Amino acid sequence: MSAEEKPDLVKVIRTPIRLEYTYSAGKSASRFLRAMKEGRLIGQRCPVDGRVYFPSRGSCPQHGVPTDGEPVELADKGTLVTFSIVRIPAETVPLEIPFVTVQVLLDGADTILMHVLSGCGLDEVHMGMRVRAVWKPKEEWEESVANILYFEPLDEPDADYDSYKEHI
Amino acid sequence: MREVAVVGFTQSPAKRRETVLNDTEIVIPMIDELKKSKNLKNEDMDFVCSGSCDYLAGAPFAFVMGLDAVGAWPPVCESHVEMDGAWAFYEAWVKIQMGYAEVALVYGFGKPSMGDLPLTLALQLDPYTQAPLWPDAVSVAALQARLCLEGGVLTERDMAEAARRDRRNAETNPYAQIKGDFSPEQILAEPYVASPLRRHDCSPISDGASAILLVAGERAKEYCERPAWVTGIEHICEPLDLNVRDLTRSRSTEMAAERAGVGRAAIDVAELAAPFSHQEILVERALGLGAGTRVNPSGGAMAGNPMMAAGLSRIGEAARRIWDGSAGRAVAHATSGPCLQQNLVCVLEGS
Repeated sequence: MSAEEKPDLVKVIRTPIRLEYTYSAGKSASRFLRAMKEGRLIGQRCPVDGRVYFPSRGSCPQHGVPTDGEPVELADKGTLVTFSIVRIPAETVPLEIPFVTVQVLLDGADTILMHVLSGCGLDEVHMGMRVRAVWKPKEEWEESVANILYFEPLDEPDADYDSYKEHI
Repeated sequence: MREVAVVGFTQSPAKRRETVLNDTEIVIPMIDELKKSKNLKNEDMDFVCSGSCDYLAGAPFAFVMGLDAVGAWPPVCESHVEMDGAWAFYEAWVKIQMGYAEVALVYGFGKPSMGDLPLTLALQLDPYTQAPLWPDAVSVAALQARLCLEGGVLTERDMAEAARRDRRNAETNPYAQIKGDFSPEQILAEPYVASPLRRHDCSPISDGASAILLVAGERAKEYCERPAWVTGIEHICEPLDLNVRDLTRSRSTEMAAERAGVGRAAIDVAELAAPFSHQEILVERALGLGAGTRVNPSGGAMAGNPMMAAGLSRIGEAARRIWDGSAGRAVAHATSGPCLQQNLVCVLEGS
């Protein structure tokens, strides 16, 4: 075969892959999501050391024991453990830039919740500040963490550093 | 070689569709039950190894969540295989042989009901010429069965009889999914699902999990009165391309069986994880089992096939029969890939 007759080598092929899944959140996360629809925040207690995991999960990932006791109901307020000021817009966050992402230790919980903060100037945000959840109107509540729009400052003295230092 | 024994085993019932629990929540009670029954503390475990498949879960690194069932404290020495838990078992055995561990926890889990299993398994094929055609796993196995029939290796009646034996044995297995006494005539009267395979020639699609505890040397006796010693274990893989393999025999099972020493003495019990009746016959022959061997007293994978746990469960089912004295020498088999591509053989013996 002469060089002119040589067929083009196949260099690239496209083989689209698409699989569909019906995902189930599981027993523990379903309980958490159903409670969210009712505006309640629930966690689960580790039977070994009593720590409260939020959102609730089926086992304590530290000790590897089932957390099958009664769920623990938590307040919708807590302490801002740490934060970051975001200057790039994010599709999933319905806030104008700059906005503040925060890690909140809800009162009664031993794990932190990632969320956003609004309702104060950027220069006022600080570790240890007390915050509370601002919810969507009740009629819009779904089985979703997005029922909480954002956190806002609470008119309370700052939390003691020792109360949240292990979560930083 | 260090002496290593299987001393504990838990399994969930094989279920067509687990609607309440997620895959991690299927594992949690298995490990909890194993730890409690063996009074095992996290600090006792030198090594933890799991087998699962992210394609079944439909999410990358889905297996990491499985560790929630084990517990990460004290810091855990851990590994994972994207395979049946039987290969996690092999890795743990190697770890113990190397002197890095004495007590190892192994688990396997899968929830194939989340997706379309026969299509998901198509992605195991050659990614350039075979997988893009999306041949479902049942059709691929049917091609192999057709080759076996046309090569005079076995008959449809042989297949029906293998299926009957498994489902009948499963009647006494509370974890089995498909059980009952179906006569070969009844089976042969069924329509084909993918010719020449009928519904009864196929293992069920199952959600489930299992866990095993492996302990080295004298310590094994602290956990089990009559440990099931691993006296031989081997796994061999054949090429991926179906057209370069002899699909009418399981060459890799033959080689693994020889290296694991299956034929050194009589085998009382064999537990096989072949997911189709013709494959079960090929594996049974490749292991060289005699008339004195009870095959699949649990029903094998044909009675319950939790993906990524079925092979590990065969080791557990074989070990269970050593513990209770009903077997002195047993063999367990696990498989992976299309048409018995890769096979693992494990010989267990009572002392």
